[in-house]
Amino acid sequence: MSSIFKSASAIAESLSKGESSAVEVAQEHLDRIAAVDGDVHAFLYIDTEGALAQAADIDKRRAAGERLPALAGVPLALKDVMTQQGIPTTCGSKMLEGWRPPYDSTVVTKLKANGVVILGKTNMDEFAMGSSTENSAYGPTHNPWDLTRIPGGSGGGSAASLAAFEAPLAIGTDTGGSIRQPAAVTGTVGVKPTYGAVSRYGLVAFSSSLDQAGPCARNVLDTALLHEAIAGYDPKDSTSINAPVGKMVEAAKKLDVKGMKIGIVKELSGDGYQAGVKTRFNEAIEALVSAGAEIVEVSAPNFEYALAAYYLIAPSECSSNLARFDSMRYGIRVGDNGERGAEEVMRMTRELGFGKEVKRRIILGTYALSSGYYDAYYGSAQKVRTLIKQDFDAAFAKADVLVSPTCPTTAFKIGEKADDPLAMYLNDIATIPVNMAGIGGMSLPCGLAEEDGLPVGFQIMSPAMKDELMYQVGGTLEAALLSQWGKPLLSSVPALGAK
Amino acid sequence: MAAISRDEVAHLARLARIEMTDSELDHLSDEMEVILGAVARVQEVAGAEVPPTSHPLDMKNVYRPDVVVPSLTNAQALSGAPAQEEERFKVPQILGEE
Repeated sequence: MSSIFKSASAIAESLSKGESSAVEVAQEHLDRIAAVDGDVHAFLYIDTEGALAQAADIDKRRAAGERLPALAGVPLALKDVMTQQGIPTTCGSKMLEGWRPPYDSTVVTKLKANGVVILGKTNMDEFAMGSSTENSAYGPTHNPWDLTRIPGGSGGGSAASLAAFEAPLAIGTDTGGSIRQPAAVTGTVGVKPTYGAVSRYGLVAFSSSLDQAGPCARNVLDTALLHEAIAGYDPKDSTSINAPVGKMVEAAKKLDVKGMKIGIVKELSGDGYQAGVKTRFNEAIEALVSAGAEIVEVSAPNFEYALAAYYLIAPSECSSNLARFDSMRYGIRVGDNGERGAEEVMRMTRELGFGKEVKRRIILGTYALSSGYYDAYYGSAQKVRTLIKQDFDAAFAKADVLVSPTCPTTAFKIGEKADDPLAMYLNDIATIPVNMAGIGGMSLPCGLAEEDGLPVGFQIMSPAMKDELMYQVGGTLEAALLSQWGKPLLSSVPALGAK
Repeated sequence: MAAISRDEVAHLARLARIEMTDSELDHLSDEMEVILGAVARVQEVAGAEVPPTSHPLDMKNVYRPDVVVPSLTNAQALSGAPAQEEERFKVPQILGEE
């Protein structure tokens, strides 16, 4: 049986037993990508040679009797916002077309140390700004459940690669929901760890106080395995938390929530949430009750201001972070004819190199930070951030974890919201509060909406540095739903690449 | 709600070093008006008594040991340069403009 439909842990097991080789597994995934990525467009770059070389190295070391890490030889898809030495890293932008970073991000260093085989780089909204992957300069990614629909964003490529069985593991980054929302709309699992749990070194910065890399997979246990592989203190990231990584894998295997208090956030449901989303969410709550959890309702009155505050804080930080793309040291340069000065060349380069959404946010951020408007906009948004943290503190005093639907709706059609930035921003209404407070958030599938047959995401939020609670609740819920369904949700993804 | 003029958007684009066409400026001023209208809501609850939060972690002055560690070679650092000369970044003239 081909390895492409297997979980990462099943692949790891068959590799360690010698039932298959890492080269075979890598080749099967590369073949799958070749067969279906014309339809899905999850990848921006496929590193055939590098992946096979990495896999051959693992096989050699295993044959020599070396004791290898749990995920050694398992393939992975890497979001194109993470640097990997010598491999093109574009962030979905024209600005970085052709750039090959001279260094590895810490996440990549850790993946390599764990023997994970990196297949290639996945598509994303430009510089991680978007909720649909339509903002990629290299064309959209298509949702494997329905190729006319978006795979979420900004990490649509990573999520789609999982749902299309092109890779069993993927790396995402989450500034306002870019791991969780794509997971929700593709029926996969994604975790935004506590801020500071995974190093940001080599993650091309969008909004530094919100950005967080995290693991993506097709089930909770695989996500936990990847989480443990990439998390941990890194002196190269001054905002990295110097504390031991929690036991995510152990938590994912507990399958027990008896006596746990699970808080439903009143403000993250109701109006604006699709009927089928609410139905599946409520069924998942019932499954948790049957598993012995106690449900409490919590209120977070300031969450309604989270979206507005986010769209001031993130653009403000982005306007500052993206100032580095000045065409002087790396990236493209436009209009340098020997006559023009540096500033004019910079302006021409940034005009051509950045797409619409990126420009929109840079201008918005420049405005929010400018003198005379700073207090009213950026200053007020920072105060709202305090209020949101206080709401979370109060809620976590009453509940161990909090839950909500991950997104108000299922996947929408490509093009449907492309010209309406505000409608697009609303996708992230339930995911943004987590980033504002720097806590952990997971999305896992809780079924298909009745009205459109598309995946619905269930969000679990845990207090800072207690990410293992998400895995405990998520693992339990996943097992309960699987026993109801009789088969994994992703086994219903339509056949791909059958042209 | 504060209106934002086309001239203001043009000024912001200059500050952000982004050349913009007339139609881009027209379009963006309309959009900015709508977006600013929506995000201005933060002012409703941002009272003087609420302290600001700039970062989720309460940490300051994070230092590393002051020791020399390997870094990129000159060639690696220049590997992505749009132009280079004599092992340096070559940039357009920076004096004598405007």
